[in-house]
Amino acid sequence: MIRINLVLLCLLAVCALALVTGQHRARKLFTELEKEQDIGKQIDVEWGQLQLEQSTWAMHSRVEHIARGRLRMRVPPSGRVRLVPAPAGSVP
Amino acid sequence: MRPVNPALSLKLPIARARVLLSLLLLGFALLVGRALHLQVLQNDFLQRKGESRYARLLEMPAHRGMITDRHGEPLAISAPVESVWASPAEVEATPAQRRQLARVLNMSEAELNKRLSGSGREFVYLKRHLRPDVAARLVQLGIAGVSLKREHRRYYPAGEVTAHLLGFTDVDDRGQEGMELAYDDWLAGKPGSRRVIKDRLGRVVEDTERVLAPIEGRDVALSIDRKLQYLAYRELKAAAAEHRAKAGAIVVLDVKSGEVLALANVPAYNPNNRSRRDAARARNRAITDLFEPGSTLKPFTIAAALEARLIRPESTVQTAPGYLLVGNARIDDIHPAEALTVSELIQRSSNVGVAKLALALPRRQLWSVLSRAGFGAPPHSGFPGEVGGRLRDYQRWRPIEQATLSYGHGISVSLLQLARAYTVFAGDGTLQPITLLKSSDAPGAATRVISPGTARAVRAMLETVVHPGGTAVRARVPGYRVAGKTGTAHKVQGNAYAPDRYVSSFVGMAPASDPRLLVAVMIDEPDNGDYYGGVVAAPVFSAVMAEALRILSVPPDAPATLTEPGEWQPGAPAPEVREEV
Repeated sequence: MIRINLVLLCLLAVCALALVTGQHRARKLFTELEKEQDIGKQIDVEWGQLQLEQSTWAMHSRVEHIARGRLRMRVPPSGRVRLVPAPAGSVP
Repeated sequence: MRPVNPALSLKLPIARARVLLSLLLLGFALLVGRALHLQVLQNDFLQRKGESRYARLLEMPAHRGMITDRHGEPLAISAPVESVWASPAEVEATPAQRRQLARVLNMSEAELNKRLSGSGREFVYLKRHLRPDVAARLVQLGIAGVSLKREHRRYYPAGEVTAHLLGFTDVDDRGQEGMELAYDDWLAGKPGSRRVIKDRLGRVVEDTERVLAPIEGRDVALSIDRKLQYLAYRELKAAAAEHRAKAGAIVVLDVKSGEVLALANVPAYNPNNRSRRDAARARNRAITDLFEPGSTLKPFTIAAALEARLIRPESTVQTAPGYLLVGNARIDDIHPAEALTVSELIQRSSNVGVAKLALALPRRQLWSVLSRAGFGAPPHSGFPGEVGGRLRDYQRWRPIEQATLSYGHGISVSLLQLARAYTVFAGDGTLQPITLLKSSDAPGAATRVISPGTARAVRAMLETVVHPGGTAVRARVPGYRVAGKTGTAHKVQGNAYAPDRYVSSFVGMAPASDPRLLVAVMIDEPDNGDYYGGVVAAPVFSAVMAEALRILSVPPDAPATLTEPGEWQPGAPAPEVREEV
């Protein structure tokens, strides 16, 4: 009887310690998860800022200015445009 | 033998021992009872107290959704910024620190001290929406009682080009105008909160419960094409500057789907700059302002007459001697002509001819066509503050009203409404519902206004307007067949028409063989000598339409004219007639 009780006591102690370590590890992992999620949010924010930056660089007025001014591009006059009819059955 | 302790030999009464014992037991029972009360029966209070040592309620902010154009290009984005707040009672700053703080915040020391002096308050904003780098400098100062709060600020990358359409948000990120207001609920989202356990270092170690899940703001995709929007705004702005106009507006519609591809106004404002904004510039004239359309309404009168079988496309109408007396009022044509065909009535924009047709029509017939074409009722674009214009009840029309209505006086419309009404001629005689949102599904039910045959006949007449001899030769687009109509109307001032103030407009569509796009232009009070719709508004139409067709790669339907020698080029003089005002 005493032996069984001793075994159970040991088992109980082991379980208790396992619970504590388990909890601790769970919390540690959770902090890590939290950190990663924070990084994710930060990256989201950065994405928004980059998008903003991209659309600022790609502003049509700026693109047009550079195309006309620096690259000397222009729309071809209608006389120099040749139309190629789409072959029958092709997707327009 | 040791002497016996006298105390031990003392004989106590047994009853006294019992009283003492029961008192002790009672005290013990009281303790147990209290413990039971605290721990089992009424444990909420202590539990809360205990939890408050480690549990925290975290707010989970919701992000405001983006507004994009039809291709997903961002038109309005929320970016995080920091706002500085202080709790005046807790601020401990040396005068030197205060000076530094004032410098970083770019405000005077006196103002800063004033804000920090309200000791009764627990929360005072020192400055909202700081740039991240400024906020970082502030953190380095390390002043107790001064903290940062993350907020979002709205940015509009396209600036003034989309200003009227998108509207803006206030400092708390709530929509105030335009699409920001119309779809505020959809964009805004709802902040949530969650309860967590924090450790001694302030790290979150456990998520105990989610009190309220945050609802993220959703994105809105508009029907606008950013390229066309820029193009439309650029041309409109140039034209308004050239003619020294008070204002102007332009609408580009996709005829097939009823989507608004571009909608711009001048004068505009920069929505990214909150401090400089006045109501006159912020108004979206194309949707919320009314004007008398003038001759752009004539095709509807002709359509009503064709529908009533009063005339046929090849009929002629006598317009001599160039004026018409209705009661004691007189309707004039500046260029008196003889008998004109119905097509020539449109081409040369004859007031007398159209008024004659209108007077011969039953009132109800004319009213019914106009009403079904959407005049007098809001166009249901979903834009806040849109107006429906005025179309008087036909039972109370006087003959002169019936006559002037036929050429667009005594009726008021918004530009969007006018553009939408023209989809009747662009399609097969039905009025399309229009939308400012990108629609993936098929357009909603269209209402029939006129028969397909009449729509085609009127469209053919509208094509003659841009031919030599028409009022809008400058609306031509090389390579494409164009149909449209000019409008020039005196502005109403008080009860009378102002003799020298005009609204010039042009509404047109291309390719005329199977219209894809519809462009409506309105220039308010051109003040540079020219005021005819064919001179002021038509070139804007031509420039926008030509480039829009190219951008959307719409195949030309009149390519033969490309190689025709001596083809009319923009800017070259061409025979044209002035329209009747």
